[in-house]
Amino acid sequence: MGAEELANYGAGFHEMDNDDNFSDSEVVYHVKDALNSVSLGDSDSYDQLVGVMHHNERLAPEEVALLVTSLKALSGAVSYIDAVLHDSLLTSIFRMNMWNYRPDVMDALLELIISLAASNGKHVSSCLEMLVSNFTPPYSFVDTLKQPRGLARKEQVLSRVHSALKHIADLVPLAPSILSPIVSQRMPIYAKEPLAVIYVENMLKLESGAIGEFVRSTMLMAMMDMLIELDVEIGWDDILRDDSSKGIFQMELENADEIADYDEEDDYELPRELSRKSLGGNLIAEKLDSLMALTFEHLESCKANGRLSEVFEPLLDSFRITVLTTYKSKFAQFVMFYACALDPENCGVRFATLLVDIFVSKDYPMPFRMSAVAYLASFLSRANFLSAPFVAIMLKRLVDWCLEYCKTGGEINPVSHRLFYSACQAIMYVLCFRMKSMMDVAWFKSHLLFIEPILKHALSPLKVCLPSIVDEFCQQAEVANLFSSSEEFVFSDSLESEHSKAFGGMERLDMFFPFDPCLLRKSDRFIRPYFVYWSMVRPPCDEAEGISDEDIGEQEIDLDVSKMSITPRKSSAYWIHDGFEEPRGMPARIRPSTSPESL
Amino acid sequence: MEGLKVSDANLVAYVNPSKSTKVPQAVLRELSSLLFKFNETFDGVVLAYDVQIQDKVAKILPGLHPYFCVRLEAKLLLFSPKPNMLLEGKVVKLTQTSIHVIVLGFSSAVMTDEDIREEFRYKTKHGEEQYASRFHKRHVIKVGTTIRFSVKSFDEEILHISGSLVPTNTGSIGWLAKHMEDVSRIDRRSTKRGRESEGESVIVEHSEAYSLHSDQIRTSKKRKIKDES
Repeated sequence: MGAEELANYGAGFHEMDNDDNFSDSEVVYHVKDALNSVSLGDSDSYDQLVGVMHHNERLAPEEVALLVTSLKALSGAVSYIDAVLHDSLLTSIFRMNMWNYRPDVMDALLELIISLAASNGKHVSSCLEMLVSNFTPPYSFVDTLKQPRGLARKEQVLSRVHSALKHIADLVPLAPSILSPIVSQRMPIYAKEPLAVIYVENMLKLESGAIGEFVRSTMLMAMMDMLIELDVEIGWDDILRDDSSKGIFQMELENADEIADYDEEDDYELPRELSRKSLGGNLIAEKLDSLMALTFEHLESCKANGRLSEVFEPLLDSFRITVLTTYKSKFAQFVMFYACALDPENCGVRFATLLVDIFVSKDYPMPFRMSAVAYLASFLSRANFLSAPFVAIMLKRLVDWCLEYCKTGGEINPVSHRLFYSACQAIMYVLCFRMKSMMDVAWFKSHLLFIEPILKHALSPLKVCLPSIVDEFCQQAEVANLFSSSEEFVFSDSLESEHSKAFGGMERLDMFFPFDPCLLRKSDRFIRPYFVYWSMVRPPCDEAEGISDEDIGEQEIDLDVSKMSITPRKSSAYWIHDGFEEPRGMPARIRPSTSPESL
Repeated sequence: MEGLKVSDANLVAYVNPSKSTKVPQAVLRELSSLLFKFNETFDGVVLAYDVQIQDKVAKILPGLHPYFCVRLEAKLLLFSPKPNMLLEGKVVKLTQTSIHVIVLGFSSAVMTDEDIREEFRYKTKHGEEQYASRFHKRHVIKVGTTIRFSVKSFDEEILHISGSLVPTNTGSIGWLAKHMEDVSRIDRRSTKRGRESEGESVIVEHSEAYSLHSDQIRTSKKRKIKDES
């Protein structure tokens, strides 16, 4: 190639549209020459080539043709591209954003990216990074995403990106192991909602795609990490302040019937929803909500394809490693709940068993064991898909553990026996929800009787656990004739006692009920059909007194319900009157989520 | 195939005190972290291990974290390709300028047109890309063929091999297995033919061929006919 020819390099490309004399191999030859001449100190045609890659705004048809030709020619000459020598060319190629181009340019670009990745080990991670950066559209494109045109473009880009990733994995078998960290490090946690959602969509697509086998656990764990990250961004205070301004007041208006109706009509405008808006306006909560809904949909599709158990294992790991160890996660745990709901016999059983195992295992630190038992109690109470015998088996393990613990003796001491108290509280909490069905499990009845010696042990769990739970439990136990001797436990109407504060520790794990109703609007739609609301719980009633006591019964339910509420009645009134003031102590902050059930 | 070796290694695994109840598990975990990565100490990529814990007693490291040192003896299967070694791999992609191969299912190798000997010509037959030999009609490399190639260089970080098909003992394994002897024989024959003209006979050579393998004879006969025509 002479100097003159070099100077006309760009022009040569332009001519090509009309001039069929240039064959593909000739163009490749030109490009090779341009690449080689850089090392000889002559970079004119190389610079022109780089310039072609830089054009991305409103390309004229001939510019598009030039770009496509150049990309194709480069694919044929990848082995001549040197990571150091042709750095500027590589940078401009990797900066190209597929969302800006037409499908033919996308195809040519991806062909080049695949060839690059396969040609030299040094390019692999840059190529993968480039593809991952195309997971999300440029910022300016976000609004277009809602239009059909935007959706079509999204489909065009993403299907190509994922097929390219598969292609690279076929050629470079270790590529998935490089891809995983890239994807998890580039998660746009704090990006705008549509970008975060589209990114997670891509992660889930990878998980279910051809290379899913290799990236599954990283993708799912990274996704859960993202959920947790957002979860902890939403403080309990955020929930509370919004709640206290208007939520609780309106919540008080609704009654159990409305909730029952709600299940059948899929209508959002019921009063109940008003309280749901308490997190409205909180951008992080909305983002988290969308991501959770996306995850639920993904779980559904996994279920439909019969691979829920494949997905569940990494989720379970992630729960054990991340969610459980996060201080009072509020929402992310519902991913587990929903996966369990989709396959109670398998996932539900695995989940509950893991929680018990963690609780009884000495390998885990105390706060995790207490969290685990709190998760277990909440899960067994709230999941309507678990069979009574299974719940009984889980309770039996807790009861057995408590019996064993009682043998060690000791005096009432909320701090040093906190594990024991948290287990007792868990048993009582579950029984508050499930007393009736537990009484119906024939073999478990005898075990229920063991609860009395535990509760009346010198460790006095009844004096230490949350009075609201103890109260409700004792009432139900009395009606169910669970105790041989009736003994009144009278507490002041406060939600907590000094003791319960003490056993919960600084973390207030005594007040942790992870599966209280989900406050996120979209996510709640998925959870609702599988969820036991307190208002749906029918306490065991004395058959002798029967129907005549219905009115009283109803009153009682109301009372019980208010006691089960996390939000102390007094405090709630106090909020309504003086919404700006912080309620005293932690408990009110911790369980606002159950307050919908309170009245 | 070359590039594989078994090494006996004396190792020390530092086990976190939290894993003191499951030492074997912790040791295996530690060793698994070596897998499919290039290790300078072993001068190769660890593909498999067979480990034995040497001692029931372990030293405890003084310091903030009392890790304990478990002494191990392990047999390691290592992959350490060096220049000019002959490796085998399966072709996954062909282009006009390159052949892409996967070795042992995890390492990718590429041969660019400079490193593919002139003998092979890229062409498309029935819509299928292939590299075919100009001299041996049946010596064809296409997607799915296992080929033998020589190593030019090895990128230890990404375990990427740059290979070459220049040496004559490289190419499709199936063909080489059948014809390698033939090739050398043909080479010899061509030299003998040279000598024949000087008055020597090839009959000895033929009788030798008969005693070998009937398949080979057929092909070699065919070739002879072709050669003659």
